[in-house]
Amino acid sequence: MPSFRGVDYLHIDSLLNDDEKLVRQTTRQFVEDRVVPVIKDCYNQGRFPAELIPEMGEMGFFGANLDGYGCAGMSNVEYGLIMQELERGDSGLRSLVSVQGALVMYPILTYGSEEQRKRYLPKLAKGEMIGCFGLTEPGYGSNPAGMTTTATRDGDSWVLNGEKTWITNGTVADVAVVWARTPEGVRGFLVEKGTPGYKTSDIHGKLSMRASVTSSLSFSDCRISECHRLPEAQGLKSALGCLSQARFGIGWGVLGAAMDCFETARQYTMVRKQFDDRPIASHQLVQEKLAWMVTEITKGQLLAIQCGRLKDARKLDFAHISMLKRNNVAMALECARLSRDLLGGNGIIDDYPIMRHMCNLETVKTYEGTDHIHTLVIGERVTGIPAYK
Amino acid sequence: MKILVALKQVPARDSLLRIDASGRWLDESDLSFEINEPDAYALEAALQLKEQHGGEVVVLSAGPERAVSAIREALAKGADRAIHVEQENLGEFDTLSLAKLLAAAASSEKADLILTGLQSDDLGSGQTGVIMAELLGLPHATIIMAVEASGQGVRVKRELEAGWFQHVSMPLPAVLTIQSGINKLRYATLMGIKKAKTKEVRKLTAAELGVQPESSVSLLRIYQPKRVKQTQMLAGAPAEQAAQLVEKLKFEARVI
Repeated sequence: MPSFRGVDYLHIDSLLNDDEKLVRQTTRQFVEDRVVPVIKDCYNQGRFPAELIPEMGEMGFFGANLDGYGCAGMSNVEYGLIMQELERGDSGLRSLVSVQGALVMYPILTYGSEEQRKRYLPKLAKGEMIGCFGLTEPGYGSNPAGMTTTATRDGDSWVLNGEKTWITNGTVADVAVVWARTPEGVRGFLVEKGTPGYKTSDIHGKLSMRASVTSSLSFSDCRISECHRLPEAQGLKSALGCLSQARFGIGWGVLGAAMDCFETARQYTMVRKQFDDRPIASHQLVQEKLAWMVTEITKGQLLAIQCGRLKDARKLDFAHISMLKRNNVAMALECARLSRDLLGGNGIIDDYPIMRHMCNLETVKTYEGTDHIHTLVIGERVTGIPAYK
Repeated sequence: MKILVALKQVPARDSLLRIDASGRWLDESDLSFEINEPDAYALEAALQLKEQHGGEVVVLSAGPERAVSAIREALAKGADRAIHVEQENLGEFDTLSLAKLLAAAASSEKADLILTGLQSDDLGSGQTGVIMAELLGLPHATIIMAVEASGQGVRVKRELEAGWFQHVSMPLPAVLTIQSGINKLRYATLMGIKKAKTKEVRKLTAAELGVQPESSVSLLRIYQPKRVKQTQMLAGAPAEQAAQLVEKLKFEARVI
């Protein structure tokens, strides 16, 4: 198959400047050279391609839209394009980068002390350290306000008890950003690998995100010092602020998966012949699916660009991001399903990336705020009435 | 060592190429562009020499305003600064004019080494580097596979035909035209892209360089190559097919 050229039905590129296009091109080339050749085997074997981490650090992918401490200082549109290209490779790889940048580096930069920033950010940016983000618990997913993990003050230290689950990068992480309940409210803590009382284990049997590590974290009288608390993190809204960053990246990322599915299906239907030796792309039902996909991808691109421009102007809020994440993930998943349909039986085998994207996108639909929760965020924004309970 | 890299922006290799209404050039409206491939290898060779021996890499490109994106990419990969000879419709002029522009811009730089690709992916005349060397009065070597700086000069490996190579030692300053694929191209990192924003791109015009581009050759028409290969299916029993095949090989292909 020819190399990936993206999808640009509506001259969306005319909305991008030269630097943005160069960022996309260099990321696309990296994915083409380094990810595409290995990702099928990684996915099949359930292997996390850790060997790519230093290279991605060298490229500047980790915390790319953050400034200082060794971060690349990209705009949010540039960051979005990086996510798009990475997720065109694989959602699991994009998840690794999303978590590292938006859920670990962002809170350390935003809520951390100067000492914490200096200690962690340069290494996280280079990929010399990996981080994870512990918010979700076995009993509390969409409703994190119910969390039961506690942090109890004991002199100059804190004692953590509880369990976190569905944690991307958990067992490979050198540092975990952990959210726990204290008498003063929810607070964020930095827990380093090897801290006594802190244990991690992988979740096995995943039929999605197989090239990414997903884990559970457990804290049993895990004692950390006050200097490992994020001093500026006050309440659950600090944790949700991180999620907004990550969801923004997801809204862009899934465009890449959708584009890959669409392009695979478009090219396949142009050469696959059936009935009268004609390509199936000449059939109206096939064209309807292609037309739907390219239209929805284009709308998703416009949504993403507008959100990116708003974010660069500091005018993007969480309810905008809910629309971006919800719409684009559902759209990408539908593109994967339609593309699978167009490839017939070939759609289910790993010669093509479609089934892998489809399985991954089922996770993406759920994590970082489910489709339902984002619907309710949008619903609350337009009615003023919260309908979560 | 001060190294000048002359590079050209050309239509990207995987673009859908459409011929414009004049029939003399491509429709550029939805074309994407990239650094000419052999020039990208020339840039990489220059960056590697700088890493080994220190110095400066200066990018020189002649082309329309859009060529600045190729220049920015080169700066993002590590070139120190750039000179952009801004000139529309360069393709309408001959290689001598282009070489005059480049030589005029290069002359004040007094570079130790000038590298460029051996030819361009669009027009492919393969002359620009060589004519530029002549105009500058510098020694040159073409189809270079490897460059080693040694003492006051360079030792280069030239590609000849049929797997033969020639090793040449030459004095500096010199002009080398670089073959594609001789090294591993680096990526423009995000930090590099960010840093490139602050690097100098000096703009020059043909008038400022005292060059009047002209054309001693004219491009009459470009066209998509016609498919000339044909497949014929031979019918009949195996013996009949064999007889037909022999007939065709004798009288049509004339190989037996």
